[in-house]
Amino acid sequence: MTFNRRIFLGSAAVTAGLLAAPMVRAQGKPRVVVVGGGAGGATAARYIAKDSQGAIDVTLVEPTRTYYTCFFSNLYLGGFRDMQSLGHSYGTLAAEYGINVVHDWAVGVDRDAKTVTLAGGSSLPYDRLILSPGIDFVDGAVEGWDLSSQNAMPHAYKGGSQTELLNAQIIAMPQGGTYAMVAPPNPYRCPPGPYERISMVAHTLKEVNPTAKILIADPKEKFSKQGLFEEGWNDHYAGMIERVGPDFGGADVVVDPAAMTLSIDGDVNNVDVCNVIPAMKAGRIAEIAGITEGSWAPVNAVDMSSKMDENIHVLGDAAAQGDMPKSGFSANSQAKVCANAVRGALTGSTVFPARFANTCWSLIDTEDGVKVGATYEATEEKIAKVDGFVSQTGESDELRAATYQESVGWYDGIVADMFG
Amino acid sequence: MWRLFLIALLGAAGTSQAEVGGDAENGQTLFRQCSGCHEVGQGARDRIGPHLNNIFDRPAGAADGYRYSAGLQRAADGGLVWTYETLDDFIENPRRLVSNTRMSFHGFEAQQERDDLLAYLRQFSASPGNIPEAAPTAAAVDHAVAPEVLAIIGDPAYGEYLSGECTSCHQASGATDGIPSIINWPAGDFVVVMHAYKEGVRAHPVMQMMAGRLSNEEIAALAAYFESIE
Repeated sequence: MTFNRRIFLGSAAVTAGLLAAPMVRAQGKPRVVVVGGGAGGATAARYIAKDSQGAIDVTLVEPTRTYYTCFFSNLYLGGFRDMQSLGHSYGTLAAEYGINVVHDWAVGVDRDAKTVTLAGGSSLPYDRLILSPGIDFVDGAVEGWDLSSQNAMPHAYKGGSQTELLNAQIIAMPQGGTYAMVAPPNPYRCPPGPYERISMVAHTLKEVNPTAKILIADPKEKFSKQGLFEEGWNDHYAGMIERVGPDFGGADVVVDPAAMTLSIDGDVNNVDVCNVIPAMKAGRIAEIAGITEGSWAPVNAVDMSSKMDENIHVLGDAAAQGDMPKSGFSANSQAKVCANAVRGALTGSTVFPARFANTCWSLIDTEDGVKVGATYEATEEKIAKVDGFVSQTGESDELRAATYQESVGWYDGIVADMFG
Repeated sequence: MWRLFLIALLGAAGTSQAEVGGDAENGQTLFRQCSGCHEVGQGARDRIGPHLNNIFDRPAGAADGYRYSAGLQRAADGGLVWTYETLDDFIENPRRLVSNTRMSFHGFEAQQERDDLLAYLRQFSASPGNIPEAAPTAAAVDHAVAPEVLAIIGDPAYGEYLSGECTSCHQASGATDGIPSIINWPAGDFVVVMHAYKEGVRAHPVMQMMAGRLSNEEIAALAAYFESIE
């Protein structure tokens, strides 16, 4: 046995030497490559590795060594979490689940050869590819803004350094200054996210800069949990927040990062912080793989497979799947359906029917939490909503505090489900 | 200081409730908050939590056959014994005394409430022979599930798949902070609770929604899976 194995390894090395590009080879097992180590990708990798018990070779490609969750990053801006508590290592996925964690960028997909090319030059062969790349921003979505201005006008819509930058700018605002947000058009990651952020920024400003103002330019008529947020803003931050909707030019926005101005419908506002959250699209690798249509990657609800390539699955924010909001919870839920289907396809294990769920908690002020959620099923056409609920206005303080506590428990739960 | 005094009293005299400063009758009312998981009295059995007969002076983690959380086991290995004082600390905030206990209970803040509850529990602890001839404290929840539904044998493999919907919030390790642990519950209790959510008897919008679309077989499958995991 040992002898045979040595022979095999030896000949494999010779073969590899003959190839033009270095290949990362598995040992005859079916291979799954997962691109993106967030709520979709980390969960999918973990479930496939865990449930296949070594029968499937799983590689996870994720550039960052410490993953800072975007969910709960608003709580950092409100002073309710420190950044360290939002950071997670991939060590357990590698050590306890045997996942090959590769810290690199996926820069190419050859769908005929079924390989993924990495920025470092390696090439990873796959039997199934799972893309969970999150979001990127649409070029030119906000006039005057591009990625080179993200230091002057942060988006802070991917967790980590951008969030820390935005926080530093908020703290450094002059007394009575203005924090402005350019809110994104639908569809985008985390529908209540911009408005929870407004709440958390207001909470911080109320403490350190109580005469400061918050200005929102919003291209949308309505937004997620609107009644709940507006009630909360009235109760906790009266007179601080002004939102300009599309009727008053909220969609007609120009920014000047050098002059720190935000023009709404031609009206120029001098601002001290400008949080530009541009229109979004699927993470770039989905577009490179050629499986997007418009901004997103259409998928079959039953197993999250791409409508353009049956060997590629797309999870989370990047997918156009139907009724689910783009959220970490949704991505985590879709990942488990996908993992079950991929395992079934590659090893013949039982494939159970797809079922999805989502719940999003938002914090409005200290101990004032609200939530919205729904269940979903797979239809021929899309992921379709089955049932749902949303917190009510006028709920008791006790219930709101319990909802917040629950969200803290959920955070611990989902990161345990993602990272082991 | 006065707490020590109480313990001295407990040890010295024959423990009538007046002497421990608690009102056992009110304690019995307060125990309703515990009886979702714990039984006490004649015939009390381990349910979601261990039975509480003879809890006083019992070493922690010692109810025969009950599967304790790793957190409680660790505390037990460290020599924790349930005395008036440790029980008082524990029910004030379970996770402060025993980190990672599966007991998801916010605790009794008021000293008087804790005294009352302990006075009640004390009645079931003097010695086995001293347990009053009272009926055990009810089933886990006051919600009836048809016997044929309770009798369904769940498929743990299907339950494992379905559990993915639970573990987005409820940790598979049994850790509990803000969201209760659901592992290692007796399957029957699990089934009763899920049906209570499904039918809206228990009030929690997320759980009502999640349970609402689970079939009887799926609930049984989940119960079988969560009972079995280590």
